[in-house]
Amino acid sequence: MSDVLERPADSPLKVVGTRPIRPDGVDKVTGAATFGADFSMPGMLVGKIKRSPHAHARIVSIETKRARAVAGVKAIVTAADFPDLASEEYEGGESASNLRDLSLNCMARGKALYDGHAVAAVAATTAAAADEALELIEVTYEVLPHVIDVEEAMSHDAPVLHAHLFTEGLETRPETPSNIAQKNELARGDLAAGFAAADVVMEGRYTTAAVHQGYIEPHACVAAFAPDGQCQVWSSSQGQFMVRTYCAKVLGLEASNIRVTPAEIGGGFGGKTTVYLEPLALALSRQSGAPVKMVMSREEVFRATGPTSGAVMEVTLGATADGRITAADVVLKYQAGAFPGSPVGAGSMTALACYDIENFHITGYDVVTNSPKVAAYRAPGAPISAFAVESAIDELALKLCMDPIALREKNAVRDGVKAAYGPTYRNIGYVETLEAIRDHPHYRAPIGPNQGRGVAVGFWFNIGGESTAAVHVNEDGSAVVVTGNPDIGGSRVSMAMMAAEVLGLPIEKVRPIVADTASIGFSMLTGGSRTTFATGMAVTQAARKIVADLKQRAAGIWSVAAEAVEWKDGAAHCLDPAKADAQPLSLAALAARSARTGGPITAEVSLTAQGAGPGFAAHICDVEVDPETGHVTILRYTAAQDVGRAIHPAYVEGQIQGGVAQGIGWALNEEYVFDRLGRMENAGFLDYRVPVASDLPMIEPIIVEVANPRHPFGAKGVGEAPIVPPLAAVANAVRRAIGVRMTDLPLSPPKIRAVIDAR
Amino acid sequence: MPRVVAIGSAARAFTGGAGEIEVEASTVAQMIAVLESRFPGFGDHVERRMAIAIDGEIHQDADGAILNPHSEVYLFPRIGGG
Repeated sequence: MSDVLERPADSPLKVVGTRPIRPDGVDKVTGAATFGADFSMPGMLVGKIKRSPHAHARIVSIETKRARAVAGVKAIVTAADFPDLASEEYEGGESASNLRDLSLNCMARGKALYDGHAVAAVAATTAAAADEALELIEVTYEVLPHVIDVEEAMSHDAPVLHAHLFTEGLETRPETPSNIAQKNELARGDLAAGFAAADVVMEGRYTTAAVHQGYIEPHACVAAFAPDGQCQVWSSSQGQFMVRTYCAKVLGLEASNIRVTPAEIGGGFGGKTTVYLEPLALALSRQSGAPVKMVMSREEVFRATGPTSGAVMEVTLGATADGRITAADVVLKYQAGAFPGSPVGAGSMTALACYDIENFHITGYDVVTNSPKVAAYRAPGAPISAFAVESAIDELALKLCMDPIALREKNAVRDGVKAAYGPTYRNIGYVETLEAIRDHPHYRAPIGPNQGRGVAVGFWFNIGGESTAAVHVNEDGSAVVVTGNPDIGGSRVSMAMMAAEVLGLPIEKVRPIVADTASIGFSMLTGGSRTTFATGMAVTQAARKIVADLKQRAAGIWSVAAEAVEWKDGAAHCLDPAKADAQPLSLAALAARSARTGGPITAEVSLTAQGAGPGFAAHICDVEVDPETGHVTILRYTAAQDVGRAIHPAYVEGQIQGGVAQGIGWALNEEYVFDRLGRMENAGFLDYRVPVASDLPMIEPIIVEVANPRHPFGAKGVGEAPIVPPLAAVANAVRRAIGVRMTDLPLSPPKIRAVIDAR
Repeated sequence: MPRVVAIGSAARAFTGGAGEIEVEASTVAQMIAVLESRFPGFGDHVERRMAIAIDGEIHQDADGAILNPHSEVYLFPRIGGG
C-alpha cells in the first residue's frame, strides 16, 4: 500500500524540514559507536582468508593437512564445506541474484576467477596462528590466460571464464560460450530518419575505469553457530535481512535459524548489498564450535569486493541547427567482473533519461572479466553512461555555439513526456534543477586563464519496496521508532522526525532504533535511495495508528465519540461542547494511563511502498588546469537536485556533497590498475587516490523541492542522483579549460599533460 | 483493455518481437497470468526480473495494483540501487 500527501496549507510542519542533531552523532564523534570490527565475544576465534594470487586459474588441489597442525588452528574450510548450488535466481537483496554465482564469489570452486578470489578460510585462536596456517595451505593451480579489458573480453578469441555462459538477448542462441553474458537493447522511433533530419552529427568514444565504492569501514563480522543449529551474526552491511537470506542460501540453512544484528556502518554506497565474509565465518564457527570474527584488510576490500564497472561507450547524437536533438545512438560495454551482473541495464535506462528524444537506440553489453565481481555503487551504472552522454551533449553545445544549459532545457523531459526507459514522467523537477543552476551566481561568475566551467545533469529512478516500522510509546510519553534498515546516510533521524511530526512530539522525545532480524518485520536493504521514502512511509503510518489509538483512549476517558477528539501539538483535545471543561490529555498523560485504557501503546506497519519519485540533478563545476603538471584543481562546485521534500535538509545537503566528492574522485584520480598478470597494483588508499577534504572546495548544494504526492511528506530518494553528473561536469570543465575533449577517465595529470603537450 | 508495452529486447524475446500487447486484466497479478499463458515463461520473467510502471508510476511486487481499461503498463528491468 502507499500513502498520499495530506498536508493542509494552514498546518505548517514543525519537525520535518528542520535540522536536529543526529541521535547517533555523539557516539560516532567520540568513537563509542560499535562498528562491524568492534564487536567481540568470549572465546572468539580469528578468521582469515587465503586468496588466489592468479587472475584466472584452475584449482587442481588444496592440501590443508600442514595448516591444520598449526597450534591454535581450529577450523579450515574450502568450497568442499559449502553446498554446490545450482544456478538459481533469488531475491535476497534489492533484486535477484544468482545463488551459484554468489556462493562461488564467496569461495572459489574449481577455478579462481580473479586476483584475490577466496580459495580457503582459517579460524584460529590468534591472528598469527591463522596467518601461519594460511601460508601452509597448499593450493596447486593451473594458471589460465586471463582477460580484464572489456572489449578484449568480448572478442571471439578471448579466454572464456565460464563454459556454461551463453550470451542472452541475441536473436538466436549462440552455439559457443562467451564472456558476453547479455546484450540488451532499448529503442524508440526511427534512428535513420532521426539522423537524416539532423543538421549536425557528433560521434564520440568514451571510457571509464573500474572504481571502488571506497567506504572507510572494511567488511567485518562476528558469527556464532550454536550446537543446536541456532546462528547469530553481527555484521556491517546495508541490510541484515539480506545477510540472513544469503547466508541461509549459501550454507543450506533455514533462514529462521539465523539472527543477524546490524552493526553501525561506516559507509556502504552499494558495496555492502551482498555478502563476502558472513557465510565463511558461519562455516568456520560451525566447524570449530566457537564464535569467529573476520575483518578484511583494506587490500582485501580492494581485491575481493565489488568495485563498479570499467566501461567503453560510443555515443552518436544528431541535432538540428537550433539545438533540437533528433537522434541518439548509444552503445555501452560494461565489465561485470567474474560473474554476470554489471549495471549496464540501469546504465542503458538512465543514459537518455533527461532528454526528450524521438529516435534513439541504446545497446548494452554485460561482460564478464577476470576482476572482482562488481557490486552496486551509488546509482549503479548511471554515472558511467552519463559521462559519455553528457560529454557528447557538451560537444554538441560547442558545435552549435549554444549555452550548455539552454541546450539541455530545449531537450528536457517534463511531466507528460515518456522517459527513454518507457513510463510517462509525473511530478518531476528536472527543469527546476536546470533553472536553479542557470540562475545561480556561480553560472555568471568570471572565469580566469587555464580555467573552465562544465555543466552536466543526471537522473536516478529511486525505488520503494518492502519496509516494516514499529512505534512504541514509553510510559513517560516519549516514543521509540524501530526499523529494519541500517542507517547509512542519516535515515535514522529522518525516521524519528517523521514520527515526531505525526505524534506532535519534540524530536528529542523520539528515539530511533535499527533492530535485528528477530526484532522487527522484514525490510529490504538500505539502498536504491529507498529508506527515507519507503520506510518513512511505514513509520508515518505506524505513528498515525498510534494517534488513532490515543484518540480512542482519550475519547473513552472523556466518554465522547472518537470523532470528537482532535490530536494536536502532542495532546488529545476534546471538541465536544458538552465537555468544555475537559483539559487536553498529553501523550505523557495518556501513556501513564495506558494500563487502564487498553494496555501498551504500540503499532507496527509493514508495506510495499509504491510511487517512488525519480531524482534529477544539475551541476556546475569550475576547474583550473595547471599546464605544467596537468593537475586539475576543482575551484567551485554547485549541485542542484530535486529531492521532493527535504526531511532533514542538512542530511540532504550531505548526501549531495558526498555524491559529488565521490564523482570527482571517479573523474580525476580513481582507477583499478592491474599488472600484466592481472593483479591489482594499487590496492590501498595510498595508491588508489580518493579525494580528501583539502582536494575539494565547499560543494554548494541547492535543494529543489517538487513534492512527491505519493509520500506523506513529499519525499523522493536523495542519495544516488548526486553522483551521476560529476564525471561529465568535471570533464566538460577540463574541455573548456584546455580546449581538447578528454574521453578516458580518470583525467589524471599524466594524461592531461600529454594532451596539453600535443596541442 | 490495458496496453502493455515492453521496449527492451529482453522482454521482446518472449513476445516474438511484439513491443505492445493488449491484455484483458484488471490487476497486475491477472496481467502476469495472461502474459504467462500467451507467452510461456514471460509471466515468470516479468515477476522475477521486471519492474512495472502503471500510468507512469513505478511498481515492484504489486500483484494487487489495479489496471483500468485505459491503463498504459510499461515493463522494464527491475531496478536496484547503491
